[in-house]
Amino acid sequence: MELFWLIPFFPGMSALILAVAGKWLPRKYVSWQACLSVLASFSVSIVCFFGLLRVSAESLPVVKTLFQWIQAGSFQADFSLQLDPLSSLMTIVVTGVGFLIHVYSVGYMAHDKGYTRYFTYLNLFTFAMLILVMASNMVLMFVGWEGVGLCSYLLIGFWFEKPSAAAAGKKAFIVNRIGDAAFILGIFFLFFIVGSGDFRAINGAIERGAITQGAATLIAMLLFVGATGKSAQIPLYVWLPDAMEGPTPVSALIHAATMVTAGVYMVARMNLLFTLSGVAGQVVALIGGLTAIFAASMALTQNDIKRVLAYSTISQIGYMFIGCGVGAYAAGMFHLYTHAFFKSLLFLAAGSVMHALSGELDMRRMGGLRKYLPLTYPTFFIGAIAIAGVPFLSGFFSKDAILTHAFAQGQYFIWGLGLLGAVLTAFYMFRLVFLTFFGEERIESHAKAHLHESPRVMTVPLVLLAFFSVVAGYVGLPVIFGEKANLFNRFLEPVISPVREARLSISSEWLLILASVAVAFCGIYIAYIFYLRSPQTPHRIVARFPAVYRLLYNKYYVDEIYNSAFVNPLVNGSRILYDNFDLGVIDRTINGTAGAAGFAGKVLAFVQSGLIKDYALILLLGVAVFLAYLVF
Amino acid sequence: MIPLSYFIGLSILLFVLGVIAFFVKRDLITMFMAVEVMLNAANLAFITLAKAAGSPSGQVIVFFVITVAAAEAAVGLAIILLVFRQNKSVKAEDMRRMKG
Repeated sequence: MELFWLIPFFPGMSALILAVAGKWLPRKYVSWQACLSVLASFSVSIVCFFGLLRVSAESLPVVKTLFQWIQAGSFQADFSLQLDPLSSLMTIVVTGVGFLIHVYSVGYMAHDKGYTRYFTYLNLFTFAMLILVMASNMVLMFVGWEGVGLCSYLLIGFWFEKPSAAAAGKKAFIVNRIGDAAFILGIFFLFFIVGSGDFRAINGAIERGAITQGAATLIAMLLFVGATGKSAQIPLYVWLPDAMEGPTPVSALIHAATMVTAGVYMVARMNLLFTLSGVAGQVVALIGGLTAIFAASMALTQNDIKRVLAYSTISQIGYMFIGCGVGAYAAGMFHLYTHAFFKSLLFLAAGSVMHALSGELDMRRMGGLRKYLPLTYPTFFIGAIAIAGVPFLSGFFSKDAILTHAFAQGQYFIWGLGLLGAVLTAFYMFRLVFLTFFGEERIESHAKAHLHESPRVMTVPLVLLAFFSVVAGYVGLPVIFGEKANLFNRFLEPVISPVREARLSISSEWLLILASVAVAFCGIYIAYIFYLRSPQTPHRIVARFPAVYRLLYNKYYVDEIYNSAFVNPLVNGSRILYDNFDLGVIDRTINGTAGAAGFAGKVLAFVQSGLIKDYALILLLGVAVFLAYLVF
Repeated sequence: MIPLSYFIGLSILLFVLGVIAFFVKRDLITMFMAVEVMLNAANLAFITLAKAAGSPSGQVIVFFVITVAAAEAAVGLAIILLVFRQNKSVKAEDMRRMKG
């Protein structure tokens, strides 16, 4: 328990070793070291988790200062890690899911020439994420925050020979920078007002009333802008769909289970601040709700299996922000925790489908894969029903918790958005399932030739993740199972104070649950009609509303709008500056100086005729002048 | 006893002849010889004045000059030889390659 600081240590060391000596290490050793380091972290996380259960709430969090890091005047930031229920939960999710993804990667990346580089980045990413969730002050958290941003850049652009992958990596990095600029401003304001970046000091200041509501709103909004960048919310979500250029396990690790949840974690970590502000919470919930349906609607028309999942991730993180925004931080974290399992499962299963089809991503060239992939199909199916919100799977409990809280807080509009999003989620997930695994086979012949189930190293993580996708929800049962049924919320209580809300009667709880269930099945049924019973329906609808379809298919032209509104003006402005100022002023000044020197040299060069006699003559004249001076 | 001014006059004459030869002649070896003449003119002035003043330091300087002239002859002739190999000529005008 006291050794909890070892959790980030293992992957960090492993990444260091691989980075320095990776060139000389055999592949087999690399895979063992990379996986075992994360497994070691996971074991420590589990031990710490059980240790935490025995610690009284007053002595939390457990803080360990490894060394003093920055000290300048009154500005102090230590390299210190902390363990409390929230960070413990995150370490388990990060290392647990991370470990399975490492193992899966051993199979998936087996033939890649950048094998060692890949595992170096993966370990480094795990390290950065663990620093993020275990940091005990904002500054160190920002280090982890930037670290995952860097690793996402490296991993998205992993196949950098491909221009689109390199561009996607750059896009992720730059879009994240925009959010990070606001985030760091928020940290500055916190330092300005509280005088410290330490979480305990911040929470203490909030409890003392040292932060006014206006200041809290300002800081919370700045921090939330950072979160929209990292967690891919409106308006900074655009990097995530493009990030699918990276290897599929990377998408599972970064864009499903860990990095994108950093924003949600941060909001939950600063929950007192967001609660104090009030307005900020409203904004968070609204952005979350809008993102949830906005992204879900874009997922409806995509044909790329990974892109559907990408939009689905954005939409699900929207749900987490709904939870945090309405004050149910625990529910938001609960969805984060269940989502980590089923979304990484879906990504990895999609990777397995791609693997089986020699890299095919387009669902229009799939279909009927059910009988060829006897392990991938059921696990994918479990992931799909978990995310769709079918009862008794993890996604159902967490999504229901969020929607119930939104309703109980009187946020009926947000609740409606969430419910609409749930229909869309169920629909697009089952569109994916039906198009991929059911119906007629539309597989291209060369892909069909070596159609095969993935190796065991890839399917075992799938099965484990599927298992957790089913059972993970049972730690956070809704209130209808009794007041004490929600172990998850009680575990988080030392960090996240329970929601103060108008209690719903048991009957309305039941009604809300029934509404979620109905909505989920409604979405699945529509997908069934559209894609299995009468596959012509979608075409008819497209023919009927071509404008809507085009709008969705082109993702609301958001990329185009951003390009013409921000990117192109910037690029053109830079070009104008380059042409006029760089070339016109700076270069011409420099060239002018050089030219003047050259001209002077040319003028003087005629003195140097190269004839010895001329030189001797000048010498002689010089002597004569000198002598004349001496004599007269 | 030959008057001192004769020696000085001879020395000046030799030096002027050396300068003229240096400017008039075109090939490097003759120019080099002109330089030697100028050096020896200076030597003559040195020992004359040393004798007149009764001090040995002028003679010491003459020895230095002779030594330097020997070294110069060695290096200078070697350079001229190399110039000849390069240019197939020892004319001073042909050595203009270093012109800027």
